[in-house]
Amino acid sequence: MTRHLRVDGPNHDDRLDHMAQGVLGQPLNRLEGPLKVTGRATYAAEARPRNMAYGVLVQAEIPAGKVLEIGDAPGALAVIQDKRMIHYAAQGQAEKAPPSGPERVEYMGQAIALVVAETFEAARHAAQNIAIRYAPETVPVIPESVTPELPPKKQSATGDLDQAMRDAAVTVDQVWHTPSQMSAAMEPHAAIAEWDGGHVTVRAGLQMLSSNRKQMADALGIRESKVRLLAPYVGGGFGSKLGINAEAVAAAIAARELNRPVMVAMTRQQVFDLAHRRSETRQRVRLACDANGVLSGIGHDVLVSNLPGSEFSEPVTQATPFTYQAAHRQIVHAVSRIHRGCAGSVRAPGEAVGVTVFECAMDELAEAAGIDPVELRLRNIPDAEPVTDRPFSSHKLAEALRDGAERFGWSARKPSGQRIEGEWFIGMGMAAAVRVNMLVESRARVTLHQDGRAIVETDMTDIGTGTYTILGQLAAEMLGLPADRVEVRLGDTDFPPAAGSGGSFGAASSGNSVYLACEEIRSQIARTMRCDETDLTLHDGMARAGNVSRPLSELIDGQITAEGHLQPGKTEKTHRQATWGSHWAEVAVNRWTGEVRVRRMMGVFACGRVLNEKTARSQCLGGMSFGIGIALTEAMEHDPRDGHVVSRDLAEYHIPCHADVPELEVHFLPERDAYVGPLQAKGLGELGICGAGAAVLNAIHNACGVRVRQLPATPDKIIAGLD
Amino acid sequence: MQITLHLNGATHDLDVDARTTLLDALRHHLGLTGTKKGCDHGQCGACTVLIDGRRVNSCLTLACMAEDAQITTIEGLGSPDRLSPLQQQFLDHDGFQCGYCTPGQICSATGMLEEIAAGWPSHASASLEGPFALSHAEIAERMSGNLCRCAAYTHIVAAIRQAAGADDRHEDAA
Ligand code: FES
Ligand code: FES
Repeated sequence: MTRHLRVDGPNHDDRLDHMAQGVLGQPLNRLEGPLKVTGRATYAAEARPRNMAYGVLVQAEIPAGKVLEIGDAPGALAVIQDKRMIHYAAQGQAEKAPPSGPERVEYMGQAIALVVAETFEAARHAAQNIAIRYAPETVPVIPESVTPELPPKKQSATGDLDQAMRDAAVTVDQVWHTPSQMSAAMEPHAAIAEWDGGHVTVRAGLQMLSSNRKQMADALGIRESKVRLLAPYVGGGFGSKLGINAEAVAAAIAARELNRPVMVAMTRQQVFDLAHRRSETRQRVRLACDANGVLSGIGHDVLVSNLPGSEFSEPVTQATPFTYQAAHRQIVHAVSRIHRGCAGSVRAPGEAVGVTVFECAMDELAEAAGIDPVELRLRNIPDAEPVTDRPFSSHKLAEALRDGAERFGWSARKPSGQRIEGEWFIGMGMAAAVRVNMLVESRARVTLHQDGRAIVETDMTDIGTGTYTILGQLAAEMLGLPADRVEVRLGDTDFPPAAGSGGSFGAASSGNSVYLACEEIRSQIARTMRCDETDLTLHDGMARAGNVSRPLSELIDGQITAEGHLQPGKTEKTHRQATWGSHWAEVAVNRWTGEVRVRRMMGVFACGRVLNEKTARSQCLGGMSFGIGIALTEAMEHDPRDGHVVSRDLAEYHIPCHADVPELEVHFLPERDAYVGPLQAKGLGELGICGAGAAVLNAIHNACGVRVRQLPATPDKIIAGLD
Repeated sequence: MQITLHLNGATHDLDVDARTTLLDALRHHLGLTGTKKGCDHGQCGACTVLIDGRRVNSCLTLACMAEDAQITTIEGLGSPDRLSPLQQQFLDHDGFQCGYCTPGQICSATGMLEEIAAGWPSHASASLEGPFALSHAEIAERMSGNLCRCAAYTHIVAAIRQAAGADDRHEDAA
């Protein structure tokens, strides 16, 4: 039996609050945790089928043009140059494979061949020494060097922003730049492909198996039913594993050709070239307000880039239309077509850099207007979505601001440059956090056995997000079982297709599908118990209705299996859905070296129902640390001559390390959002990053008076601003 | 070439390419995939193992260099039903998310606590002589060779401090 729900209306009955088991929301340890801390969880490259060969990708050394000839590779089993090899990774949720054909180069570093050998060492050696002849072409690689496209659907204007800027008591009009950024998940992309007749099984690092399966089938030119994908454990994704990438397709092609299993693992450097980068952005923000800080105008004018023909463009302004009120508004979204590696989703596409910059602009406006930054934001929270007048599904920004200010000790903040400890300037900064919320179609199967064990199966992935654990807790709660009686099976396309992990929609979408399956099972038990499902209490393997109490083993004949199927519905149109929060940072800036140390950092977040307090907190810690990276250290430098990524390893691209991250503090605001399905939970994987960097940058200004608008705020830029 | 590795208390004879790193010997030849490859260049710490008790990046070590040593990998520190104290604290504090950097963090922390016990100072130490407070700053400094993109850092440091018996979690607000 399948229970289906389209989320067309609100759900106010708080069913999960009336369940009896009491495990949902609890800070339980991760179900798969013991495997991970002992090295027993196996990731993409960690199966060892018999007779496996090793493949190493060969990369283009020209920014664009044709591959004329690929030389021999002594010591190799094969050099694969197949027309089905893809140019770059598929975008998230794409149903088709990306462009293919390895003879055509679109950017420097593109995979153009695969060398396969008996050992990894031999394959690497051969790949590094292969001779290639090209017919190179000259192409633009700098966003400002071309006339950008202005996609009509991405521009919008209301009122007259220019006039509002002229009339305003206080204005800000500044330009910020953020560099290309990389997800840099710790597990490099890898795949092991193996054929059995016409069927291929590919084990890979992937976030969204159901769409990845379509992409893979399309890339290989076979039917979807002939493709099985496995991703039981994924060593981080952050967007980089949303779509299939070159290594997986090449592995499948090679395995077919050689008639044996083939593993292809990208090197770290290849990940920087081949995983989607977050586009660099140029953002002009214009703000106009009256003497009381009430906004009259908001302008957000952005330039991003991508390869010609690539549909994705970093949705920088995604949250700008609804975060603050103003009568006069304008959004400009320009896309330069250049030949840097493909741009795509990196954790919180849009808001990660858009909210960060916008919240820096708000800090500048607060300063110019002589109003406390928290107060400025409080004065501009709209009652409904500006322009459309749609109601918010829930709105917690004001509460997050007030709660955060109190907890962080915001009232102790001094004017810029006035707190000095030895050679350090000390400052505090804050920012609002906001991220759009969405649901995506998702299915799950739940089986309840007579002996009081349940099994959850869905092709959902756990990329560190806690999915195994929260889905287990959810089923345990609904079915009245101790959490350790539930087994969760993920990451296999043989299971019902799920939303996948992306866009912060994974937990809520797959969670709702598990909820629905369990609701169906509950209904069947209720029928046996001759009561309404809503009158049924399940607890520790016992079913209760009125004064009748019976063990599940008496009520179930063998097992009950049900499928849950969730689809987003009208509420995504009728209501503006978002998650909200606030970020707080205290930094020290060295007056001689310009070094910035984050001393304290705190986030207050509202994301609907929290499914596991412990794993939810970890999601936020991760997002906030990404924010530190965006503010202070992370930049992919592109060579201005050919666009190639110069900082293409972890010694050159600086993700935050232990010493960069202080003891972070996270608080959740209790919330139930009625418009996002019966789970009443929203996304959390990305909210922590949205605006976090702004709190750090604003704290730098409060410490030492320097505004860095060319991110990241490295010491050289800070020293240049210090007198 | 023929080599012999002494690993987690057992002895393994292997036939490997001379260019094989210890990391690849573990992962490709011995099927011990608990030791992770994050960069293959000594930049991330995911491949950390203990060689004669000291933490080492196995990606920067050729397998043939490790022949005479005692090697301990994450698999040798504990198993799912017999966690080491550090593994248990990582689990309880959620000192990981995706789990990919985790074996390296745990091996590194194991070696790091030995270094503190042996009286080795760090950049964050108040003095060169010790004793060293197991402060957040001290642990974070010493663990900075182990990157975690999920950024479980706050929880990792808490886990290590608890396993090492540090008492006041908040002693070092600076
Ligand atoms: S894999 Fe050895 S340090 Fe990164
Ligand atoms: S837990 Fe994912 S990289 Fe550390």
